[in-house]
Amino acid sequence: MALQIIDRRLAGKNKSVGNRERFVRRFKEQIAEAVRRAVSQRDIRHIEQAENVTIPKKDIREPVFRHGPGGVRDTVHPGNVEHVRGDRIPRPQGGAGGAGSQASDSGEGEDDFTFTLSKEEFMELFFEDLALPRLLRTHLGDALQYKTRRAGYSHDGTPHNLAVLRTMRGALGRRMALTKAPHRELQALQEELDALLQEDDGTSEAVAALQRRIDALKARMGKVAFLDPLDLRFRNRTRVPVPSSQAVMFCVMDVSGSMDEARKDLAKRFFILLYLFLTRHYEKIDIVFIRHHTQATEVGEDEFFHSTESGGTVVSSALALLDQIVRARYPVAEWNIYVAQASDGDNFGGDGPHCRHLLAEKILPLVRYFAYVQVAQEEQSLWEEYSRIAPLFPHFAMRKVSEPGEIYPVFRDLFKKEGVAV
Amino acid sequence: MSPIPTPILYPVLERRVARKGARPAPAVERRGALLGPAAAKQRPAHPLPDPSDWTFELIERYHAAIAATAERFGLDTYPNQLEIISAEQMMDAYASVGMPVNYRHWSYGKEFLATERRYRRGHMGLAYEIVINANPCISYLMEENTTAMQALVIAHAAYGHNSFFKNNYLFSMWADSGSIIDYLVYARDFVAQCEERHGLDAVEQLLDSCHALANFGVDRYRRPSRKSLARERAEREQREAYVQQQVNELWRTLPARRGKDSAAQENERFPKEPEENILYFIEKNAPLLEPWQREIIRIVRKIAQYFYPQRQTQVMNEGWATFWHYTLLNTLYDEGWLTDGVMIEWLSSHTNVIYQPPAGHRAYSGINPYALGFAMYRDIRRICQNPTEEDRRWFPDMAGTPWLPALHHAMRNYKDESFIGQFLSPQLMRGMRLFAMHDDPGERELLVSAIHDEDGYRALRQILSQQYDLGVREPNIQVWNVNLRGDRCLTLRHTQYQGRPLADDALEVLKHAARLWGFGVQLESVNGDGETPVLLHSVPAPQA
Repeated sequence: MALQIIDRRLAGKNKSVGNRERFVRRFKEQIAEAVRRAVSQRDIRHIEQAENVTIPKKDIREPVFRHGPGGVRDTVHPGNVEHVRGDRIPRPQGGAGGAGSQASDSGEGEDDFTFTLSKEEFMELFFEDLALPRLLRTHLGDALQYKTRRAGYSHDGTPHNLAVLRTMRGALGRRMALTKAPHRELQALQEELDALLQEDDGTSEAVAALQRRIDALKARMGKVAFLDPLDLRFRNRTRVPVPSSQAVMFCVMDVSGSMDEARKDLAKRFFILLYLFLTRHYEKIDIVFIRHHTQATEVGEDEFFHSTESGGTVVSSALALLDQIVRARYPVAEWNIYVAQASDGDNFGGDGPHCRHLLAEKILPLVRYFAYVQVAQEEQSLWEEYSRIAPLFPHFAMRKVSEPGEIYPVFRDLFKKEGVAV
Repeated sequence: MSPIPTPILYPVLERRVARKGARPAPAVERRGALLGPAAAKQRPAHPLPDPSDWTFELIERYHAAIAATAERFGLDTYPNQLEIISAEQMMDAYASVGMPVNYRHWSYGKEFLATERRYRRGHMGLAYEIVINANPCISYLMEENTTAMQALVIAHAAYGHNSFFKNNYLFSMWADSGSIIDYLVYARDFVAQCEERHGLDAVEQLLDSCHALANFGVDRYRRPSRKSLARERAEREQREAYVQQQVNELWRTLPARRGKDSAAQENERFPKEPEENILYFIEKNAPLLEPWQREIIRIVRKIAQYFYPQRQTQVMNEGWATFWHYTLLNTLYDEGWLTDGVMIEWLSSHTNVIYQPPAGHRAYSGINPYALGFAMYRDIRRICQNPTEEDRRWFPDMAGTPWLPALHHAMRNYKDESFIGQFLSPQLMRGMRLFAMHDDPGERELLVSAIHDEDGYRALRQILSQQYDLGVREPNIQVWNVNLRGDRCLTLRHTQYQGRPLADDALEVLKHAARLWGFGVQLESVNGDGETPVLLHSVPAPQA
C-alpha cells in the first residue's frame, strides 16, 4: 500500500500564536491587573520575568445550551459488585460516586484558569501601562547592542577585506619553506658540478647526469607558486557587545507620612523605567536606595518600598547623602551616575534654596541624568526651586505625575538622546 | 468545536480529529466479502529490530509489515501519509481542534494555554498521534515515541481509523467533501479579512455568539452538498445578494395589499415548521445582519456540521482502531515479526487505554469508549467464532458465521447508538458487570433499575444505547416562532426530555442569540407531553 512519510518537525511551530494573542487581548483587564500586582511585588531587578496569571473560571466559560441537573435520568455504569434490581441507594452528594455520568460536564472542577504570561507579554503590558511608545518598547526590550570589531585574520572572506600585507608575508614564508631544502640540495650539486668541471672537460656522463638533476631541481623550485590560495588572509570582524561599563542608579524617595502606597507604587514604576533603560546600556548596575524624611538613610529595596515613616521633610538631607556616597564609592571617572527622585514635593520651608544649591553646584555636574517626579499635583516649594534650575541643565528632567502613563515624558529626553524615534 | 471540556483520562491514543476526505468508495470497489484472513506468507528469518529510537527506515519496515497484514484482513483504507511532528506542534494541533488550519479565535488560545500548562506540569501526556481523514489519510506521529509506539500508532491510526473513515456510512454521507481543508483555508482568510475591515472586536463578538449556538447549527437529517473551494468563493457573492433580497421581502413594512395579504396570513407562524438548525435560520432570516456576518455564521455552521458525525461514532471509531491495532500486532507477533520487547511495550500502553475503572472508583468518570468499543468488536468476533446457546438466541443472524464480514458490516452501517442497541451481548454485559440507575428527583433515593441478569439485559442495552444518542444528550431546542409584524421577537422552544431542565447558562446563550438576531429573543419550555409552554427567559433587543 502506498506510503509517504513526511518530516514536519522543522515546519513552523507556534501556529497558535495568533489565538494566544487574541486570548490575552480579550482578558486584558484581568491580565493587566495581575501585571500591576506583580510589579508592585517584584524587586526592580527581577522585573523582566514571566508571570502566572489566574482568571476566574466563570469569566472564561463559553456558554452552550445543555441539560442542567434535575429531571429523570437513566444511566448505565460498569463494575457492579453488590447491587441487584430494585436496590435503593442514597443519593450521593455533589454528583460524586455512582451516578456520575454527568460529572464529566463540569469536568475539571471549579478551578480558576491559570496560565503563564511570557516575559515578552509581561513587559508589553507593563510598557503599555506606562504609555511607552511602541518603537521604544522594542528598543528597550531588545537584547544588547553589538558593534563589529576587528578580530584577527581568517582564511576566508570577501575580497575587499583582503589583508594584502599579511597575505604576502604568508606567501613568502611558504615559498621559503618549500624551497629551502631543494635550494640546499641545489647548492651541494652545484659545488659537486663545479668540482667535476675542474677535472673534466664537461662532456662526461657524470657531468651530464649532475646537470640533469640540477635542471630538475630548478624546475621543481620554479613550480612553487608565488601566491597560493592557501596564503590568502582576510581581515576578520566579529560582533561584540557594546563596551560594557558600569552605572549606578540612585533612587531617592521621600517617605514622609504623606507618601501613601499608591504614590510609592507610582514612584516604583518610575524607578523601574530608569532601571530598564540602564540595563540596556550597562552591564553592571548598582542601585542605591536613599529614603529620607528629615534625615536620609541608605536602605535595602524591601525597606525602601515597604516601610512607612512619618515626620517632616528635609530634601537636602538626601541630596547631601547622595553627594557623600558618590564621592566615597562611585568615582565619576569609572561610573555613570543616574538619579531618580520621587517626592510629593513637600519640603521644609527654608530648605529649598539649599537644595537648589546642592543640586546645581555639587550633584548635577557629576551625574549623567537626573529625573525628578512629583507624585502630587499641588504647587510645592521644592517644585518651584527645581523649576529655576531646570532650564540651565539639559540633563535634568522634572514632571508632575499622578498616573503611571505620565511617567514616561520625564525620560523622553533621555530616550531621545539615544536616537530612538519617540 | 465542542466547548465542553472533558477530562482527558485516556490520553494514550486519543484521536482528536477526523477529517473526511474523498468520496465514499463505490460499492463495486469493496472487495468481495473476505470470509477470513488470507494466509500468511512465509515467516521472516528475524523479527524486526527494536531499538527504542526509531528511524525512517524502521518506520517504513514496520509499516510494510503492518500493511501486508492489514491487507490480509481486508482492511480497506485510503493511502497513508505519516507525518512526524514535535510535541509543540502537537499542542498547536490540539489547540485548533486538531485541524491543520483554522480561523483565529481566543477560545483556541485558551485551549492552547490550558493544554500547555497541563503538559508542562505533567498532568497529562499528549496523544501519541492525531489522524486527519483525507485522501491520502494523514497521521501525525510524535517524534518522542519509541519504535514500538510508532508501530502501535501506525496500526491504530493509519489502518484502524483510516478504514473506519473510509467505510462508515456516517462519514461517507455527512462529513464534508475532500474540500474540508480548502474550506478551512477559505474560512481563515475570510475571517482575517473581516477582522481587518470591521475590527477585531466585532468579529470576536460575532464568533462568540456563533460558537454558543454551534451545536444547534447542524442539519440532523438533511445531507450537505459538496463544493470545491472555487465554487464556494464564487457562490458566496451571489448568495449574499440573494439572501439580503429574501430578508428584505420578509421584513417588508409596506402596507398589506388587499386580497393578497389576509388576516389569516398574519396569524400564521413563521417558520411554518419548527426549525432545528438555529444558526441556519438566523443566517437566512435575521433582518439586520450584514452580508459578511451571515457568511461567518455560515462558516461556523459548516464546521459544526463537519464535526457532527464524529460526535456520534466515538465508541465505534475508537473501538475499531483499538481492535485492529490489537489484532494486527498480535498476528505479527505470532508470525515472528515482532520481538518480545516491542510486544510488552505496546501491550502496556494498550492496557492503559482500555482500562475501565468500576463505578465508585476514584478514577471513574463514565464509560471509557475505548474499553467499550474494543470489548464489543472482540465480542462480535467471539459470537461468530464460538457462539454459545445464548448467543444463538440473541444473534441468530450472526452466530457461527465468518467473523470478518460480520465485523465489517457492524463497522460500516451503524453509529454508536444503533451499534450498542444492536450488538451489546448479554455475555459482555455480564463481563463488564453493567447496571442501570434510575434517578428520579421525586424520589429520595436512586433506584437500581436493571443489572446484568436475564430480566435486565434488554433494559440495559436500551438505556446504554440512549446514553450515546446525541438527540438525548443535547437538549432539544428549535426555532418556534417569529413575531413578524410586531417587535420581531424570536421564540425558541425547548422540549424537555424526561423533565430535564436546561443548565443555568441558557440565559447567556440567549443573549448571544439576541445579538445575532438583532431583536429580542425568548426561550420557552414545554414538557414531553406538549403541554402549555412556560416562558423561561426573555432577552430584550441588544442595544445597537
